[in-house]
Amino acid sequence: MGQVRTILLERSAFANNDERADILREDLRKAKVMLVNVMSSPGAGKTSTLTSLINNIKDKVSVAVMEADIDSDVDAKSIVKNTGVDSIQLHTGGMCHLDADMTRSGLDAIDYSKYDIIFLENVGNLVCPAEFDTGATMDIMILSTSEGDDKPLKYPLIFQKCNLVIISKIDALKYFTFDTKKCIDNIKYRNKDATIIPISNKTKEGIEELTTFFLEKIKSYKES
Amino acid sequence: MHELGIVFNITKQIDEIAKENKVNKVISLTVEVGEVSTVVPEYFKDCFEWAKKKTEYLKGCKLNLVVLSALSYCEDCKQTYNTVQFGKTCPHCKSEHTYLVTGNEVKMKQIEVE
Ligand SMILES: Nc1nc2c(ncn2[C@@H]2O[C@H](COP(=O)(O)OP(=O)(O)OP(=O)(O)O)[C@@H](O)[C@H]2O)c(=O)[nH]1
Ligand SMILES: [Mg+2]
Ligand SMILES: [Zn+2]
Ligand SMILES: [Zn+2]
Repeated sequence: MGQVRTILLERSAFANNDERADILREDLRKAKVMLVNVMSSPGAGKTSTLTSLINNIKDKVSVAVMEADIDSDVDAKSIVKNTGVDSIQLHTGGMCHLDADMTRSGLDAIDYSKYDIIFLENVGNLVCPAEFDTGATMDIMILSTSEGDDKPLKYPLIFQKCNLVIISKIDALKYFTFDTKKCIDNIKYRNKDATIIPISNKTKEGIEELTTFFLEKIKSYKES
Repeated sequence: MHELGIVFNITKQIDEIAKENKVNKVISLTVEVGEVSTVVPEYFKDCFEWAKKKTEYLKGCKLNLVVLSALSYCEDCKQTYNTVQFGKTCPHCKSEHTYLVTGNEVKMKQIEVE
C-alpha cells in the first residue's frame, strides 16, 4: 500500500472545456470562419429560422449547418432539403449539450475553413448548452411567443450569454398572452447589450432585418 | 442526463490528473455543488457510481459531495439573502434588482490519491 496524499484542485468542473473552447474560437478567428451557436427550448423554431435566414444569405456567403441531436438526423435532412447548403448531423450520444470537443470534431468532418459562416443548432434546452462553451464565435438564442415573456427571469445564464435574441412565432401573438415589450425589458435586464429581433417564419416578418444583421456581422468579423 | 455529462467531464479530468501525477489510484474525490446549480445531488451520485467503473483510476473512488447554499445580493439595499427561500425578490426591501453571488458552481475541490 502506498502513502495517501491529497491533491488540491479548486477548479470549476467546466474549466477544461472552457480552455478548449477558447482554443477553438482562436482557430476559427484565424481562419475567418464565423461559428454561430443557436440555442432554444425544444421546438422554439431553430431549424425553421435557420432555413428562412440561410435562404436569404446563401448566394452572398458560403454557409454550412451542424445539427446536434441526441439521436435523430431529421433536422440535418430538413436543412439540406429546404436550403441546399451543406449540413451534417452530430450525435451527442445521449448528452443534453454539445461541448467544445464534439464541436471541433464536427467542424473537422466538414473541413470548416471553406465556409464564411457555420451555424450550430444546439440541443433544445435552456440550461445545459448555456453552461458548456462550444467555442462558437457568437451565441444566439430563439425564444418563441408560446413560451412566455418571463423566460429571461427564469433562465438568467443563457440570456447573459447571448448577444442576439430572436423572438419567434410573432404571427401567433394573438393566441398567447405574451407581452413583447415586457419580454424585451426582461431580456435587457439580463443583458443590456443584447440585440432583439422579433420574427415570423410563417409570414417572414423580421427576416429581412435578421438577414441584414448577419451580413453585417460576417463583414465586420472578416475585417477584424 | 445532465448530471451524466458533467460527471463524465469530471471523471475524464481526474483520470488525466491522476496519470500526470503518476498515482496508483484515486481514493476519494470532493466536489462542491451550489444549491441552484443545475446538478441534483442524488442523480449526481448515481451517475458517479456508474461512470467511475469506466475510468482508469477511479474504480474504487469514494465521492464526497458538498452542497453549498445559494446567496443573492440586493443592489438597492446592499444586503444578501438566501436565494432558495426568497428567489428574485429581496426580503429586506422587496426590490427585484438582485443577483446571485454564490450557489451555481460545480467545483472539483480535491482528491486523495495513493
Ligand atoms: N406559427 C409559427 N410556427 C413556427 C414558426 N417557426 C417555427 N414554427 C413551427 O414550430 C415547430 C418547431 O419548429 P422547428 O424549427 O422545428 O423548431 P426547433 O427549435 O428546430 O425544434 P427542435 O430541433 O425539435 O428543438 C414547427 O412546427 C414549425 O413549423 C413561426 O415563426 N410561426
Ligand atoms: Mg430543430
Ligand atoms: Zn443538461
Ligand atoms: Zn433589498
